[in-house]
Amino acid sequence: MDQARVEQIRRLIVVAKRWDTFFVVLGIMSMMFGVLMFVTLFVDMGMKGFSRIDWEFFTSFPSRHAAKAGILSAWVGTILVMLVTAMAAIPVGVAAGVYLEEYAPKNWFTAIIEINISNLAGVPSIVYGLLALGLFVYQFGFGQSILSAGLTLALLILPVIIVATREAIRSIPQSIHEGSYACGATTWQTVRDHILPYSSAGILTGIIIGMARAIGETAPIITIGALTFIAFLPTAPFTGDPPAGMFDWIFAPFTVMPIQMFNWTSRPEAAFQLNAAAAGFILVFMTLAMNGLAIYLRYRLRKNINW
Amino acid sequence: MKKSMNLMAVVLAGAFVAGNAFAQALVKVDGSSTVYPITEAVAEEFQKAKKNSIRVTVGISGTGGGFKKFCRGEIDISNASRPILKKEVDECKAAGIEYIEMPVAYDALTVVVNPKNDWIKSMTVAELKMIWEPGAQGKVMTWKQVNPAWPDRPLKLFGAGADSGTFDYFTEAITGKSKSSRGDFTASEDDNVLVQGVSRDVGSLGFFGFAYYEENRDKLKAVPIVAAAGKPAVAPSSATVIDGSYQPLARPIFIYVNAKSADKPEVKEFVEFYMKTGAKMAQEVKYVPLPPKAYTYNSDHFAKRQKGSKFGGENKVGMTIEELMKLEAK
Repeated sequence: MDQARVEQIRRLIVVAKRWDTFFVVLGIMSMMFGVLMFVTLFVDMGMKGFSRIDWEFFTSFPSRHAAKAGILSAWVGTILVMLVTAMAAIPVGVAAGVYLEEYAPKNWFTAIIEINISNLAGVPSIVYGLLALGLFVYQFGFGQSILSAGLTLALLILPVIIVATREAIRSIPQSIHEGSYACGATTWQTVRDHILPYSSAGILTGIIIGMARAIGETAPIITIGALTFIAFLPTAPFTGDPPAGMFDWIFAPFTVMPIQMFNWTSRPEAAFQLNAAAAGFILVFMTLAMNGLAIYLRYRLRKNINW
Repeated sequence: MKKSMNLMAVVLAGAFVAGNAFAQALVKVDGSSTVYPITEAVAEEFQKAKKNSIRVTVGISGTGGGFKKFCRGEIDISNASRPILKKEVDECKAAGIEYIEMPVAYDALTVVVNPKNDWIKSMTVAELKMIWEPGAQGKVMTWKQVNPAWPDRPLKLFGAGADSGTFDYFTEAITGKSKSSRGDFTASEDDNVLVQGVSRDVGSLGFFGFAYYEENRDKLKAVPIVAAAGKPAVAPSSATVIDGSYQPLARPIFIYVNAKSADKPEVKEFVEFYMKTGAKMAQEVKYVPLPPKAYTYNSDHFAKRQKGSKFGGENKVGMTIEELMKLEAK
């Protein structure tokens, strides 16, 4: 090879490498933009609200005195709503995902359902709120209760859970299915003994990411009428006189963390802004903790799978 | 998964040790964000006084939104920053909902400018009308256009959102017709946004409830209002609202009690408590309390179940406390 040609190739490589470096820098900058934005917000809220975060803050009801106000009814409301959401969305979402992957015949009807599910994931949450207001609150007569809110958020995160379930099932090698069927297992036996256990890590991740989204949702909850001032707790779940009293709590009026925050930010007294920052910090922390849990569970469950 | 659900249940059970297992009496209140602070304060004290044996919830869905729920029979008490309007009277009637009207306090809508604004000592209603009437849109853009003595500075406007009772009242008092206003101003339902806006721009002007001015005195300057030619300029304060000289932006605010709910012991107790402590709570949250006799009238009306509105389905602009008392005494 002559010298000129080598030079030419070298130059080409230098240019290509420059582009490579350029893209790495661009990529890092893009990533840092998002991360720094979040960190700034989080740290800002933490610094402002830190003086307010103590045991009292978690165990006090809202009050007109900023220093005495707490988030007890808000965080309890959030957890109860999440409980209903989980109980409704997980079985339905996972079952729907399994059906679509394992049972559904490949025809136009299934295709329409699949398209619909991907579309549902993109529907703005306020639309779910309006649907729920008409359907759950008035049509079914659930009222402005924990049950209505929980079911609304369940609808909201169903597509996320269904899609995650399908992705998780698809990642199982086809040979596992075939092996199971070859041994004479029915579809249900295959699903129960192989598909669900092997895909549980992925499904769980999807569930928790869905729940982490639902926990911060405000618009649909406001639409169905979560309350602003509420200084009592619903009756504890499953402690009332059985059978009817056990479910008193799901019909209780409630408030949730984002609404409590929103209320505080719109107060005239500046001291409430600190409360809002503290509540925001805790809410973001709850979301982060849920995402962290998802990562941990995925890691643990994956480790236990031996194909 | 099962394990984590169990764990969740345990955590929840722990959180509810203090919870009461029996279904309790509930009073539902909803409506105006302007009345909210007073009702919230009363509800807080009431639940404390009753040792939480009666539960009270207070929501914010605006005066109009509150009346909608009220006329559907979903709530016991509606917070309102203006009297019930004809349309809402009809709606309630159609649903067979009767109500008892109770004024609970006065609010002074406050016109504010930036503290660095040195040319405004007072404004007349006519000047405010020039600024806010629909015809001003896109035309009245500087202070000089309103009054030649004022500087040639751009006019930045901030006001309450179109869904609020505050907007209804301000437009009616200033331009003469409810909801009739120019559209090119920064509108927000969140009064803190308006406070921030006015405090950042020397040429700005805005309006909102007195409480927001009171809490942000260092960032804002209240404009004394001249009600009509020849009248003195009056700054908003409890004193000027009580003696009726702050005109026409002082307004009464109300609660409406569903007559059927009034027979429930928990609602009756709450309303009675409201009338007993309302004046003190109103003062605490920076509203102007009514004279003691107003709360006595209310209690009488409540005891006698005197139903309906005394306002004939419309907003009455510029009503002084004294005039209100005469109306209520009837």
